[in-house]
Amino acid sequence: MSTTAQFCTFYVDGLFFGIDVLRVQEVLRFQEMTGVPLASPMVSGLINLRGQIVTAIDLRRRLALPDRPADQLPMNVVVRSDDGAISLLADEIGDVIEIDGSTLEALPASVRGAARELVTGVHKLKSSLLLVLDLDRALSLPEPS
Amino acid sequence: MSLTDTLQKELVNDLLLESHEGLDRFDRELLAMEAGGGGSEAMNTVFRVIHTLKGTAGCLGFGRIEKTAHCGENLLSLLRDGKLTTTPEMISTLLSLSDALRGMLRCIEAGGTDGTNDHPELKAKLEALQNPDALPAAPAAVVNEAFGLFEDEAPAPTLPATIAPPVPAGPATTVPNESSTRSSVADNAIRVDVGQLDKVMNLVGELVLARNQIVANTTVFDQAALMTASQRLNSITTELQESVMKTRMQPIGSVWAKFPRVVRDVSHELGKKVRLIMDGQSTELDRTIIEAIKDPLTHIVRNSIDHGIESPEKRRDAGKAEEGLLSLRAYHEGGQVNIEIMDDGAGINLARVKAKAVSQNLITAEQSARLSEREAVNLIFLPGLSTAEKVSNVSGRGVGMDVVKTNIEKIGGSIDLQTQPGQGTTLKIKIPLTLAIIPALIVKSGGNRYAIPQVSLLELVRLEGDQARTGIERVYGAPVYRLRGELLPLAHLREQLKTPPRDSLRSTVDDEAINIVVLQADGRRFGLIVDEISDTEEIVVKPLGKQLKGITCFAGATIMGDGRVALIIDVLGLAQYANVAAAANSRALDLDVIHNPVDQQPRQSLLLFSLSESQQLAVPLSEAVRLEEFTAAQVERAGGQEVVQYRGQILPLIRVANHIAGPAAAPSKARDMLQVIVYCESGKQVGLIVDCINDIVEEVVTVRSDAATNGILGSIVIHGKVTDLLDVPGVVRSAIPGLFDRSAA
Repeated sequence: MSTTAQFCTFYVDGLFFGIDVLRVQEVLRFQEMTGVPLASPMVSGLINLRGQIVTAIDLRRRLALPDRPADQLPMNVVVRSDDGAISLLADEIGDVIEIDGSTLEALPASVRGAARELVTGVHKLKSSLLLVLDLDRALSLPEPS
Repeated sequence: MSLTDTLQKELVNDLLLESHEGLDRFDRELLAMEAGGGGSEAMNTVFRVIHTLKGTAGCLGFGRIEKTAHCGENLLSLLRDGKLTTTPEMISTLLSLSDALRGMLRCIEAGGTDGTNDHPELKAKLEALQNPDALPAAPAAVVNEAFGLFEDEAPAPTLPATIAPPVPAGPATTVPNESSTRSSVADNAIRVDVGQLDKVMNLVGELVLARNQIVANTTVFDQAALMTASQRLNSITTELQESVMKTRMQPIGSVWAKFPRVVRDVSHELGKKVRLIMDGQSTELDRTIIEAIKDPLTHIVRNSIDHGIESPEKRRDAGKAEEGLLSLRAYHEGGQVNIEIMDDGAGINLARVKAKAVSQNLITAEQSARLSEREAVNLIFLPGLSTAEKVSNVSGRGVGMDVVKTNIEKIGGSIDLQTQPGQGTTLKIKIPLTLAIIPALIVKSGGNRYAIPQVSLLELVRLEGDQARTGIERVYGAPVYRLRGELLPLAHLREQLKTPPRDSLRSTVDDEAINIVVLQADGRRFGLIVDEISDTEEIVVKPLGKQLKGITCFAGATIMGDGRVALIIDVLGLAQYANVAAAANSRALDLDVIHNPVDQQPRQSLLLFSLSESQQLAVPLSEAVRLEEFTAAQVERAGGQEVVQYRGQILPLIRVANHIAGPAAAPSKARDMLQVIVYCESGKQVGLIVDCINDIVEEVVTVRSDAATNGILGSIVIHGKVTDLLDVPGVVRSAIPGLFDRSAA
């Protein structure tokens, strides 16, 4: 009876995240980036995606997680937004998985910090927990103070 | 429920779109009728517009529009059936009817209802006009009332009771802001020729086929087939790009369409007679540019009538036709669109402009005495200067010529003004075809490349060796540089953007050359220190995402030849961010000449160059447009004349050494790189080939003219060296006789 949904999954600092697969435009390997001075530290830079300029947001910084080791290149999850394509930088890309809606549970109250705002719920999978990212919130960066 | 809501919304949108277009047509036809043209077909058009509007508005429940339109329709039907003949009064009233209807449409757009103003006085007038015999003879009041340009809200004295309530009910909604004279619905939609759309669709179809071919190739690899397919893809893409660009193009006539009305209203108000001539309405421009020039053009047109064209009596006394002439002309030239606004009025009284500028403390009296004619004309563009002796309803409405200039420059255009006392004034505006592709200077700083739009670029200064160590001084910690005797505030791009130095081991500035890019933002100059200056390039402007919109220093981004992204610097934003163009000195005058320290003798900037080892020559810097370097291989011949291709045009070259008399006439030795001074006169450019460009100095010029010979105006002593002052126009005329005469004809 319950509805199923497809998630595009990826890893950020060992955490397993998922977003609605329909919002994902494509997944790319590491791309050369041009840094944007004065921008929020969460913005890693600009990517040339076939002639289109795409802003890359580092999910580690967005989620207030420790920075990626220097020798590890991030992957791009390019998502669609009202403002055009935006790339989310993740550590590693997982599979597209189909999940039954019944496994969803709210974020445990003990979770604090940035995740509280950006994670809408947790899917209890057999071997792991999938954090559902609130994409629109993740894309709108807090005003620099 | 939601379906009907959506439907209703769509219908209202259609109504707004159609009605705005219809009312524009209504105005146009009425004006044509007033001018004696039109005939019954025009009458039918006018009638149909009002009739359709009445019907549609009634269907959608906008009772006020329906009733107001109904009154107009009654009058129009009498006119159409020939029972009445049009009078100027009637035309005026009908025009104010279209204004009232527009106002109500704007209310619908803003708040969903047709406002609270019933326009009873207008309805009364429309009804009174249906019965000409009963009309009380009060033409003065009628004309005043009908002047709808400024949303006349004065209640008619005969009906105070009915008028009073709606006014306090909410003037903000009844009369939307004047600045939004056009509705956003009408602005956001564009009409595209179906043929053009079909062409784009066909191209997309071809594109799909080409894609299929390429996709098929990924399984069965056939090099020849892949080659064909990629060639096709290439040509289709180019064609598609052009086609889509074309759909964005709109004729400039869409802006001009409202000018007959503006001209009529303004000239009636001022009691002047003006004939409007428009030429080149079909000249096409990118939509975004059309939007940007709408307000500046309207302002210029109003200005020309208000300040330019004289009253009929004055014109008669001056021996001119009573009717003033205002002509608008648009045409394409060299990848740009030129718009000329010409009037045959009194011209600009330069003495008065100067006096005004002095009295408003914009310049000092000494400065004013030293201004050349051209510089004096440019005073018009200073903020705070109004040339109108009396402030009329038309002038002094908050948009000065300085704003016009800023707006034009914002879209990469330039504005030039020529005036002939007693003969008239010509304003020439040059604007790019599109904003999407602009020329820019590429610089490097902190390991990144940045593009600086060339519109803002004035010059480049490079300090080497000793100069690099001592050239930059500090005023209270703020770095400045003395550029030809003036202090130029400086900003370090690397420091401003807080990017790391390119090589942290080396100390930043001490042991290297310093590159200063002299920029102009909002009429003020400042220098930007960058690590490296690359080249000029045509760049495609792409917007930044909303995550980066808050950074005022960048206008967008572009993709360079190597596929990497470079940021485009917003010169104005950066200047404000770096505090190098503080608003505090906005009253200061930034025309080059006035910038100079006030001293008794005029100083002039001179460009020094040589034709041989021993002889030094100079030209006034103001006469040189650019300095360029060409390789000898680039020089071609056309009609016995040496030319180079330069910025999409053919630039004739003159070897200066061959055209001046004396011992210097020895031909300069053949070089691989030619140093060329680009000189421009009345829109024609020529390149002067010299041997070596030496320096730029600023000197008090006292020419000993007894040394004058062919091509030399005289001699001066600069830095202890005798220097000949080159007569550029003379040399050009002797080298290419008739080059400028032809353009003048």
